[in-house]
This record gives sequence, structure tokens and C-alpha cells, in this order.
Amino acid sequence: MELQLSQEQDQIVGMVRKFVREEILPLEMNLDPDADSLDPDDRTRLIEIVKGMGLYGLDIPEEFGGPGLDMVTRTLVSIEMAQHKAGLYCPCYGVFGGAGLAQLYEANEDQKERYLYPTLRGEKKGFFGLTEPSGGSDPARAIQTRAKPDGDDWIINGSKIFISGADVADFGLVFARTSPDKGRGGVTCFLVDTDTPGFHVRRVIHTLRSAHYATELQFVDMRVPAANILGELNKGFSIANDRLSRQRIPYSAGCIGVAIKAHELALEYSKIRETFGAPLSSRQAIQWMLVDNEIDIKQSRWMTLEAASRADNGESFRKEAAMAKLVASEAGSRVVDRCMQIHGGYGVTKDFPFERWFREMRIRRIGEGPSEVQRHIIARDIIGSSLR
Amino acid sequence: MSIRLDKAWVPLTSENLKSVKGQLGVYQLGDELSGITFIGCADARTLFGLKGELLAHLDRGIQTSFRIEITSAYQTRYRELLMVFYADHQCYPTDNDEADLPRLGTLSPA
Repeated sequence: MELQLSQEQDQIVGMVRKFVREEILPLEMNLDPDADSLDPDDRTRLIEIVKGMGLYGLDIPEEFGGPGLDMVTRTLVSIEMAQHKAGLYCPCYGVFGGAGLAQLYEANEDQKERYLYPTLRGEKKGFFGLTEPSGGSDPARAIQTRAKPDGDDWIINGSKIFISGADVADFGLVFARTSPDKGRGGVTCFLVDTDTPGFHVRRVIHTLRSAHYATELQFVDMRVPAANILGELNKGFSIANDRLSRQRIPYSAGCIGVAIKAHELALEYSKIRETFGAPLSSRQAIQWMLVDNEIDIKQSRWMTLEAASRADNGESFRKEAAMAKLVASEAGSRVVDRCMQIHGGYGVTKDFPFERWFREMRIRRIGEGPSEVQRHIIARDIIGSSLR
Repeated sequence: MSIRLDKAWVPLTSENLKSVKGQLGVYQLGDELSGITFIGCADARTLFGLKGELLAHLDRGIQTSFRIEITSAYQTRYRELLMVFYADHQCYPTDNDEADLPRLGTLSPA
């Protein structure tokens, strides 16, 4: 792995950093501290700027019109995009565009026509429906939603929980058990239109993320055509699993970006805030917090970039992605906590971004697989498959 | 927490607003007879939270009642109350200007 950024990477990072500082931060001053969206006019204007930068649709594969960034560059961009108040869960308020659901790129042509292309044109939105009330960390065993064949259709009954965006989606990927006795080999992924009779968004689930909610879904005799099976029958788990590993890299990058911004604010504040006649930065207690921040950030950054580099080189990166996610989410939490402490009473107010980061960073140690599952993945990898 | 805000209505008067504090949260205007006429949110930009928002309605001379819910999840709760109202009535409260509403999804509460 190269330890030095290429000239192109350096330019892209500089461009995104300038965009965040000159376009996002000023707008954020006038938004609610928990906001997750921009005024529509601002959003439209910023999307045009991003398109001009050639970075719109960051995660869209090049053959479908995306900028074709490698994973290392994508990680570097994610670190920059997260460096503002909403940056952890809503980097740059989404003006870099979404890619839709990554699994749709594996769909057949008919499914791409009905779901992928409309998503890329911004005409449709999708959700990812995996987690169930019976569990999310072990989906292969926890999935109890059942799909039973009926002629050319499948009838789905069950429920999902902690699903983002289902109430505003046009369709979703719903994982259901199609062979009850086959464990992870008995799960199939279905493309489900949200206007299908029997599809219900039953409630909103409020969390520490106060501007964003999850939903609980219920499926009652929901009839889905066999043509809407994504991939192969009983092979849905590999579709889910691939996403989970790959997603951990940008997820880690977001934690690093917020940690960098929090650290930057704490450094500035420690130099201007005086106690007992001297700046905070002259106190060893504060210096050590800042030193620990620096180490946490650097460690997270290198581990995440290593995972990204392995992914780019076609090497196995499951263990490295798990390590990056584990370290970045836990280190990010520590950094934000220390920065809050350095800011004293101001640190816990909504005048500063720390309280939002503090709440949202807590979720990061659970989302996309909790720290314990990451350790389990790493242990399985270094000790062997006997841990399965 | 009930999905619908089902507390008793309190007449919107300066006397009754003395007991309302400046916390963040959501509120509804209306009464038993006409039901919910407005759903509002006191977010972190408001000067005096729920108290400030309700005082602003009182200052406009509106004769109505109110009920509040103090919550740090004021943004998601606000959207939830609007979506539940829509699910119940297939429209939004009469005094909510649709142009001012956030992006809302569709709920079908059991």
C-alpha cells in the first residue's frame, strides 16, 4: 500500500475539503442542529457544483455513469465529506448523490430496467430489508420472514425492524426464508414494490439519531412474482453478506472524518480558552487528551485505508474491514468524548456539534455489525473456521 | 410511547402557558370538537422552545387548545405525528401549510 497520496488523490481531497468548508459549513449555521436536509434550492445548487467537480454519484460504477473512484480514493473523500455537523450520517446532506442499492447492479436486465435505472435517474428510491425483531447480527439464522411458492408467485409473511427509508421508498430488497431447513442457504432476496397489497410500514422507531428514524415493517400475505427474485433462489445471504463487508469501509471513514473535525475544533479551543491565567493547551491533562485523539485518528485512518487498498487490489479484506470498523467507531467515540470534555459546558450544548456527534457516534458501535461481531469476524479469520 | 399524542387538551391561554417550559419537543393545536388543527415542532433554533412557539400562536389571537410532548427526538416525532395524522385522515391538519412540511413518508399504523 502506498503511504503517499497520488497527485490526483491530493487534488480530489483538496476539492472536497474546500467544498465542505465553503459550501456546507456556512449553510449549516442556519439549520437546526439536528437537521438532515437542506433547503431544496440550496440542494439543487450544490448538486450542480458537485456535478461540475465530476464527483456526482460517488458509488455508481463507472459503466453506469459514476466517477469510477477506487476504494482508497473513495475512503479519502468520505473522510472529508463527514467533517461537518451532519457529516456522520448525512455527509454533505447527500448532494454527492446516492448509488441506490449496490445489489441492484447484480440484477438481471429486466430488473435493472424496472429498478436500477429509475433509481439512478432519481425516479425511484429503495430500502434494504434484512434485520428482523429476532436479530440483526446473525441474519442467516435470525430471518423468520417466510416466503412460500404459489404458482408463479411467492407469498411473503413476516416483519422487519430498524429499516431506513421504507416509508418513502418505492421498492425494497426483502430477505425471506424460502427453505426453512437450510440455514444461510435457505434465504432469498426479493424485490418488493411498496404498493404491493400486504406491505405495511407499521411504525416509526425513534433513536439517538434525532433527525432520522427507522421503521418497522409487516408483510401480510404479500404476493411477489418469481421474476422479482434478485440473484438465485436460496442464495440471498451472499447478496446481504457482500454488502455488509464492503459497507464497513466508508462507514469507518465517516467516523474518522467526524473525529478529525472534533479534534480540530478542540485544538483551536484549547489555544484560546484560558483557565487560571494560561491557555488550556498548556495543561498536561488537555495535552494528553489531544495526543490520544491524534493517535486514535491516525490508527483508524491507516487501518481503514489498508482495508480499502486490499479491496482495490482484489485481496480478501473481510478481516481488515472488520478491524477498521471496530477501531474507527470506538476511537471516534473516544475522540468526540474527549473534545466534549475539553469544551466543558459548551461541549454539551446544541450550539456546538459535539452532542450530536456524541449521540450518533454511539450508534456507530452497533450499526453495520456491533463491535462484538467485528471481533468475532476477526477471531474467526485468525483462528480458523472452527469458531463458526 | 403512544404513536398518537393522546394527552388532554389544555386551553391556549397565557395563564396555562406559565407551566410550559422552554424544552424542545412537539405540540398540537385543536380541541375535542374540531380535533387536531395544527402539528408543530419546537426545534433547537427556537428562542424559548415549546413555550416560545405556543406564545407565538397565542400572540396571533388564536382561540384554541394545545397539548405538548417534550422530546429530544423532536424532528422525527414531528414527522411521525404528521404521517399518523395523514394515515388517519388522508390529509394534513387544516392549519399546516403543506408547502412548509418536511418530506414525509407513508405509514399504515396497525
